[in-house]
Parts: sequence; C-alpha cells; structure tokens
Amino acid sequence: MRQYAKPTLPPLPVEPDGLAPPSARLQHQGQSQALTASRWPARLDLLQGISGLALALFLVAHMAFVASILVSEEMFYRVARFFEGEWLFGTPHPWLVSLVAAGVTGLLIVHAWLALRKFPASYRQHSAFAAHRRRLRHVDTSLWWLQVVSGFILFFLTTIHLYDMLSQPALIGPYESADRVWSGRMWPIYLALLFTAEVHGGIGLYRLALKWGWFVGDAPNRGRLRLRRVRHVFTAFFVTLGLVTLLAYADLGRNHAAHAGERYQPPPSAEPARS
Amino acid sequence: MIPLLRHSARPSRPRRLTLQILRYNPATPEIAPYLQDFAIDESDGMTLFIALNEIRASQDPSLQFDFVCRAGICGSCAMLVDGRPALACRTLTRDCGPRIVLAPLPFFELIGDLSVNTGKWMRGTAERLQTWIAQTQPVDLDALEARMEPALAEAIYELDRCIECGCCIAACGTAQMREDFVGAVGLNKIARFRLDPRDTRSDADFYELIGDDNGVFGCMSLLGCHDFCPKQLPLQTQIAFLRRKMAVEGWR
Repeated sequence: MRQYAKPTLPPLPVEPDGLAPPSARLQHQGQSQALTASRWPARLDLLQGISGLALALFLVAHMAFVASILVSEEMFYRVARFFEGEWLFGTPHPWLVSLVAAGVTGLLIVHAWLALRKFPASYRQHSAFAAHRRRLRHVDTSLWWLQVVSGFILFFLTTIHLYDMLSQPALIGPYESADRVWSGRMWPIYLALLFTAEVHGGIGLYRLALKWGWFVGDAPNRGRLRLRRVRHVFTAFFVTLGLVTLLAYADLGRNHAAHAGERYQPPPSAEPARS
Repeated sequence: MIPLLRHSARPSRPRRLTLQILRYNPATPEIAPYLQDFAIDESDGMTLFIALNEIRASQDPSLQFDFVCRAGICGSCAMLVDGRPALACRTLTRDCGPRIVLAPLPFFELIGDLSVNTGKWMRGTAERLQTWIAQTQPVDLDALEARMEPALAEAIYELDRCIECGCCIAACGTAQMREDFVGAVGLNKIARFRLDPRDTRSDADFYELIGDDNGVFGCMSLLGCHDFCPKQLPLQTQIAFLRRKMAVEGWR
C-alpha cells in the first residue's frame, strides 16, 4: 500500500514576535490548534439521547402511576398525594407537581429542539426521503419516519397535557382526573397521546440502543432482532395498559358526570391517623 | 439431502423474464428518462450481470451499465434492483420475480442508464476524510515492517473488505437528504485506519474529520447501510463504536 507522510510544519519566520504574518503563524500551528472542530455536535448528540432517555423513563414511570387507578381509586389518590409531598411535609403541596411538569416541559423542549436537527427541512429533503423510504421498503428506515411523524404530533399533544398539569396541579385524583377525561372531553387527546408517545418512546429507546451499541452483543443482527422483540413487547404492553387505564378513567368519569367537579374524599379508615 | 439425489424441479421451459430498465443519458437531455422493457429467457444460475450482458449483446448495444470482475469484488455493478441497492453480479434472477425493475444508484453522478460515477464521490470522500495511513515520520522503505498481532490484522482486514460499491450510500436515508454526509463507507474507513497501529492519528485528529453532523453524529441509525451491504460489513457496530469514541472526544 502506498503510504503518505504528514507534511512537515513550515518554520516560523525569524521576525521579532508579533511581526510574523498571521498566515504563516496559522500554518505553523497546524490544523489541530488553528482550526479545531467544534465539540458541540458531540454534546448535542449526547444531549438528544440523554433527554430522550429521560423522557422515555418518565413515560414508563408515569404510566405506572396513572395505572394505579386499576388497583383502586384510593390507591391512585395515595399516589397523587405522594407526589404532592404529603409524606414529607405532612400536607399536600401541588406546586411540586407543577415543578415536575415544568421540568418535563423543559426536557421536552430541549429534546424537540435537538431532534429538529434531524427532521427533513426542505421540499427536496422531504421528497428525497419519501422516495427513498418507498423504494427501499426497509423496516428501520420506515420506523425512523414513524418516529419523525409521532414526534411532530407530540410537539402539540404533550403541551396540552403539560399545561393542564402545570396550571391545575391540585386536580389530580380519581374523580378529578376522571372528570377531566370524560366531562372535560380530554379522552381523545389522551388516546392520541397514548399511541404516539408509546410508539415514539419505544422506537426511540430501540434506536438509542442501536445508535450507541448498547445491549446489542457481539452479533449485531441477532442483537437487533432481540431489541426489536423487546420493543414490540414494550409498545404492546404499554399501549394495552394505557388503553385499559384510560377506559377505567372514562368509565369512572361517565359514572361521575352528574357530580363533575366534586373532589374525591378517601374513605375515613384510609386517612392516616393525625394527632 | 445429498445433492446428487435431489430431485431436479427444473421446469420444461425456462422462465421468461422482463427486465424493466430506467434509460437516461445526460448527454442527450432532450430525451426524458423512461423505462424500457427487455424480455429474455432465464437460464440456470443466471445473475443480473449475465442477463444485462445478454441484453446488451443481443438486443440493445447502447445499454450502459458497469462491471469489471463479475464476482462481487470490484463493486462496479451496484444498482437498484426492484428499488433496493445490490450488486448485479451477486443477484440471481431466480431470487427475483418475473419482472425486475433496474435503476441506477441514486446520489451518485449519473453516467448513463445504469452506470454511475461512484469513483468520483469515493475519491472525494477519501481525500476529505484522509483515508490513508497518516504517519508523522517518513517511512523507511528499507526497514522491516513492524509486526502486527494476527487478531488485529484480521480485524483490519475485516473492515478493509469494503469494495466502495456505493450500496450503503444508496441505502442511507440520511445521505438522500444531506448530500455532505460521509456515509457508512467513509465512517468504516475511519474505523479501519483508527485500528491500524501504523496510523499515528489520535481520536482528536479523527474528530476533526468526522466529529460533526456530516460525520458520525449525522448518522440517524436507519441501518440501511448495514442491511444492504453486499459484503456484510459490520457497519452498525462500527458506527456505534465510532460514535462512542467521538462522543468521549467531544465531551472533553
């Protein structure tokens, strides 16, 4: 193989300090010092992954919390009060929920802004990718497009829900949430949010693992197949759990419609003894 | 089953294939691109390379397509077969339907019909990414070469199997949208020279070449490159590896 040596650096001119022409100075310093590539593309790429991972983990935890309604109304009531810091302060502080909602909103904005770098931006890019996707008929290419579309929808759907939680943090409880779902006519939003968020999150986690080579093992094809199965199970499980949970809220809200706005009161026996 | 005893299910008449080929010659822009049908009889073990040569020999000598080695080594005959990038010489017609649509690889400069100038782009990418063994000291051609562990030599050779056919670029959704993206072929070459102990470049030097959105951070892990590489190079693993290394470099 023919080999090339890196060119040797030209010597600095012998003029007194400060008199050397800038071009010669730059040339002498070499590329590594004079024209260093920005470190930001690496940081932004990492941040996109980290923010996405954090949001996906939040999604999983969020689903576990809201699904507590399936255990009992009181269980969900306890979970809601827990997040209002009752266990810490003795009394519920709904602003803690607002704080979490604000944090998630911030994370979402960062993630959406970073993800925008990857979106097709012009007609040419759109049409080139669409033609490519159609002719290639390739699962991971099509999945990426599904992720772009679901991500775009999530820009709007999440803000509706997050503003609700930000502005009315105290209204989280079995009747309060059920009234929001049914009498507040939020169920179509939640239904759409469920599918888009779970699909987006599932593909996102799968792609994150492939992107950084996590959980793939030594055989990339087998590893990818395994990850794909995990993704299917993840999405199917959370969509099903979400549907059942949403149905439970809708049913509760429908039965409670006549008393919409009435707050849930836990049974007296369940109240922690306070002196 | 023992091959000799296997019942040969050869039909009495060969299959009649229709190759639908996208015709366009940039030298005659007044003739708009069009699809032309060519009918031929399928023969045993026929590849698209054989079929195309037969068509050119017996039906249309003006049909343009590239080939050199006809054995999947030169990388000249890559084209879109039913929309997917593949080497014509490695594609058996029996694996295709009776109607096969052939088009030139997208992204690359079209020479005419199925022939594209992958070499021009590959050369430009090689120069841009400096895909050669970079050494700070001039090589002493009289000295014995330093020994290399066989495992390392194998690992380098594994990545060196790239034939620059352009299938990974044609299968890459990112490259279709962003023309400056270096693609799997470029990243694989960086991975190859990064392994090489004779190359004195550090990760900081490699970051200068691929540490941006046209390099490794532009890859969106659509993995068309990995799935359509005719040489089955471990591109998914290599790009993920480079991304980790460059991210560490970028976080400093």
